Amino acid sequence: MPINQSDIEKVANLAHLELAEEELKTFGSQITEIINYVEQLNELDTTNVEPALGGLTAEGEKTESSRRDEIAGSLGQKIALAEAPDPSSGHFRVPKVL
Amino acid sequence: MSRQSVEFSIAAAERLNETLNAFLEIDREGALTRAREIEESGNAGALAGIPIAVKDNICVRGMQASCGSKILGDYQPPYNATVIERLTNAGAVVIGKTNCDEFAMGSSNENSAFGPVRNPWDTTRVSGGSSGGSATAVAAGIVPVALGSDTGGSVRQPASLCGVIGLKPTYGRNSRYGLVAFASSLDQVGVFGRKVEDVARILGVIAGRDPRDATTADAPVPDYSASLTGDLKGARLGFPRTLFGEGLDEEVKKSVESVVDVYRDLGAEIVDVELPHARYAIAVYYIIATAEASSNLARFDGVRYGFRAEDTPELRLMYRRTREEGFGAEVKRRIMLGTYVLSAGYYDAYYRKAQQVRTLIKNDFLNAFERCDALITPTTPTPAFEIGEKADDPLAMYLNDIYTVTANLAGVPGISVPCGLSSERLPIGFQLVGPYWSEPTLFKLAHGYEQARPFTERPPISAS
Repeated sequence: MPINQSDIEKVANLAHLELAEEELKTFGSQITEIINYVEQLNELDTTNVEPALGGLTAEGEKTESSRRDEIAGSLGQKIALAEAPDPSSGHFRVPKVL
Repeated sequence: MSRQSVEFSIAAAERLNETLNAFLEIDREGALTRAREIEESGNAGALAGIPIAVKDNICVRGMQASCGSKILGDYQPPYNATVIERLTNAGAVVIGKTNCDEFAMGSSNENSAFGPVRNPWDTTRVSGGSSGGSATAVAAGIVPVALGSDTGGSVRQPASLCGVIGLKPTYGRNSRYGLVAFASSLDQVGVFGRKVEDVARILGVIAGRDPRDATTADAPVPDYSASLTGDLKGARLGFPRTLFGEGLDEEVKKSVESVVDVYRDLGAEIVDVELPHARYAIAVYYIIATAEASSNLARFDGVRYGFRAEDTPELRLMYRRTREEGFGAEVKRRIMLGTYVLSAGYYDAYYRKAQQVRTLIKNDFLNAFERCDALITPTTPTPAFEIGEKADDPLAMYLNDIYTVTANLAGVPGISVPCGLSSERLPIGFQLVGPYWSEPTLFKLAHGYEQARPFTERPPISAS
């Protein structure tokens, strides 16, 4: 399936990537090449094949993964904000939204 | 005793890092303090005073976790990964964080924002990836063991290229809590070592159910060291002949075939098996891994941690510029590919199709394991290639993982074991892949070979 410049721009937009002109061009041709490669999967008839759900083993699927709804310790505001690029008054500050 | 070995490792890491670029952080002060505390407290943990190196995408409190990316800036996680918690409780001392391909995406370590790791056997060549720093640190004798992560071969492939042992456990064997996610249905923390026994000991400590990772399984953790019996009589080893064909380097082929002969001599029975869908594995992998990555890496947006682009007066522009400036080319390429295959109208054609073929690959393994205890394959198609050789051709680079990705897709464990040097004195490795939870069998087989044909060569760049 040919992938054109506007497809690539659309995908970059969905992925929140402000790609440079040069990148749009190289990614366009590289992604086309990779997509052409993966299309070999169409040789296979998978009509009645169930899609795999992750890498889970039978034991993994059986394992009880829910827990009791109890309050446990957490990082707390100070630590949680310590790595933020722009913390302010106990919040994550961001540029204007609208 | 413990202080001496930790001191040795730190000094070696500092001395060799200019040449190898294996470490992104060496924690001299912290590691020596912990070693002293362990010695003074008389900690008799299973790993008391053992120095380890940890890939920089696994969280260690008080150290950086850059994931080989600029987007995390000088991020220091406020918590330990569960595997780190378990190792340090057993007395192990983390001496530093190792270089890797950005967010574990790569097979050569050239995708690190901090420059490639160099192979200690030939510094013009790649270490393999993505856990190249950990593989190199073990190969150069800086540390006896190290942790990495394996999503499509990122422990086994660099282990093979650097001449050490590399294990990817069964999916769900150990916790991914605190491992920065790349492709969650494939990622697993793995172990590097120079001896099978050491790798077995480390797995014994890190394995097991973790309430913080719902994909860990409640499967018993056996005494892995007890499996190193040396008795391989009656073991059935599957030989997938069709994987020894096109694209495989002649020297690698001969070397791995001679391993098969060694196993035969040790009393193993060699069984021909087929994996008819293995040739589709790379295609399946690059759909599933990129799709999961595009979703996992959405969290890097310049809000909660790490880097934020400057002069961005509006929120969406801030996201877009932060990600554009913070991510390297391969990460962006994979996010783009993953976003494309998941986007409206393409989901069934790519993602669903890939998950269906993943089922077929899984069934190939289940069928093969009805006739054998483990499979033997090469780990990589060639020995270490030159830095820069494949950097401009993503697809050629992806094909490096042809022998390793299948185990991640099926969720089964695999181990790479060194089996000699090429004519250019570059390591060659073979891979054993077993059924779910068959780590004891893999250790037994790897250890049996190690006893019969010990790999004693040391690289020219070495700590001792």
